[in-house]
Amino acid sequence: MIETENLTKKFGDLVAVDGVSFSVSEGEVFGFLGPNGAGKTTTVRILCCLISKTSGGARIGGYDVSDEADSLKIRKMIGLVPDNVGLYEALSAYKNLDFYGRLYGCPEAQRKENIRRFLTMLGLWEKKDVATGTFSKGMKQKLAIARALVHDPQVLFMDEPTANLDPESSKTVRDFILELRKEKRTIFLNTHNLDEAQRVCDRIAILNTKLMATGTPEELERMVGARRAVIRLEEPSQTVLAALKKRFPDVDVTADGTSLTVEATDPEKQTPDIVEAVVRAGGRVQFAGVVGSTLEDTYLKLVRRDA
Amino acid sequence: MRLSQCWIVASKDLATITKRRNILYSTFVVPFIIAFMFPLLIRYIIEKGTAASALSYLLPSFEFFFFILAGLIPSTIASYSIVGEKVEKSLEPLLATPTTDSEILVGKSIAAILPALGAILSASVVFMGLTDAVTAGKLGYYYFPNWGAALVFLLLVPLGTVMSVEWSVLISSRVSDVRIAQQLGSLLILPFAGIYVAGELNLVQLGDTGTLLIIAGALALVDLLFLYVVQAAFRREEILTRWK
Repeated sequence: MIETENLTKKFGDLVAVDGVSFSVSEGEVFGFLGPNGAGKTTTVRILCCLISKTSGGARIGGYDVSDEADSLKIRKMIGLVPDNVGLYEALSAYKNLDFYGRLYGCPEAQRKENIRRFLTMLGLWEKKDVATGTFSKGMKQKLAIARALVHDPQVLFMDEPTANLDPESSKTVRDFILELRKEKRTIFLNTHNLDEAQRVCDRIAILNTKLMATGTPEELERMVGARRAVIRLEEPSQTVLAALKKRFPDVDVTADGTSLTVEATDPEKQTPDIVEAVVRAGGRVQFAGVVGSTLEDTYLKLVRRDA
Repeated sequence: MRLSQCWIVASKDLATITKRRNILYSTFVVPFIIAFMFPLLIRYIIEKGTAASALSYLLPSFEFFFFILAGLIPSTIASYSIVGEKVEKSLEPLLATPTTDSEILVGKSIAAILPALGAILSASVVFMGLTDAVTAGKLGYYYFPNWGAALVFLLLVPLGTVMSVEWSVLISSRVSDVRIAQQLGSLLILPFAGIYVAGELNLVQLGDTGTLLIIAGALALVDLLFLYVVQAAFRREEILTRWK
């Protein structure tokens, strides 16, 4: 659905986006992680046909973002939630959405239905006739999301949708993204919130002007170090250690006091088997979990290495 | 260019303007104050015993005042329309819609031109009616309508309104405060007032249709030049990366 190849954008001597290549499949939630100034917003603006690229290529739904005729088709099939909500504060929530629905050429009946649907989903239907200037930050952000969806776009670009929101509003927005994922919309999520990216994204790209890495959250977590299953027992037991070594002969199992560490290849998957083996050997489990590198470890390592 | 898209942008701006009382006041109150004040002044002049020949010299100066208004009134709406979007940061989502830069520009221009032109022209009708009422007895005929007035109200005022909007768009691209944009936008009345003063100094004949046609031609040329510059400034990449 979204493809870029060596996408580059320069502002004078400043390289904002440097040879970025990635692809996003239909129905995928793709996270774009990076520090401030990494080129995330610039990339989204190029993909939304708002600014031109310097070199390389980008296509959405097969249309070229740099082609004038294609750009109108692309803008019709995408929705954008910019980093600044940009609502018309003198107009009501309903009139804001109706204006955008009309600009997107959405037929009146469908427009009315979509406005009702999205305002209801986001808990704003009761406030539909209220001027948006009186809305809280969270309500404005939700309305900006509804605005981007009013014409039922196939692709939704969201630029820092939970930045500056309180935890409750952030959760509402995140839950809404998960609802949209169920509808098989392609979502391109710009964020520097690692937890958010991990919770909602199918795949994540880490950008720092250049593309540093791309993969599922799990793949990225494993990039900088092995992950381990850790079992804490009520008391140390050589019997349990021996049983584990026998059950998992190919992996390294070590004991440190009451803790047993298993260097499993896929610790999340293998933890139930490990716990079962421990219990069968007579061990009493106080805690079982996976430790090791996190998405944050990977992110910081990649971003700092590049700095 | 799709006029339907232009009209959607214009109707949104018009809806926003109707919620701003200060913009409505400055657009409609000033032309009508002049429309009522000038006939009263003319009546006072007649009562002072001014000759009929002097009246026919004075009246074109009064009607030309509406042309000066054309350089002033639209800048209030045009500045708000552009700088207001900058302040509310609503240009990016607007530019992301399947609407071309020209359609947005024309839509915003329509929203600024229509109320300004409506206010000035309707005030001019009141002015002409009241002026005829107070001068008919002295002159022995109805002064309005006449070709000179037709040229001022139907040619110079629209051309001046367009120029004012174009100038305001240019100013608005460089400032991020509505009041500053309006103040700088209103500077356009200086050349308009200059023509008026030239008329008062007998350097040009404001009642002469030939002179008015030459002024109209010059305005049309400047309008086209401004349009070229405005179109270059009102491009989405310029707006998102260079506008203040």
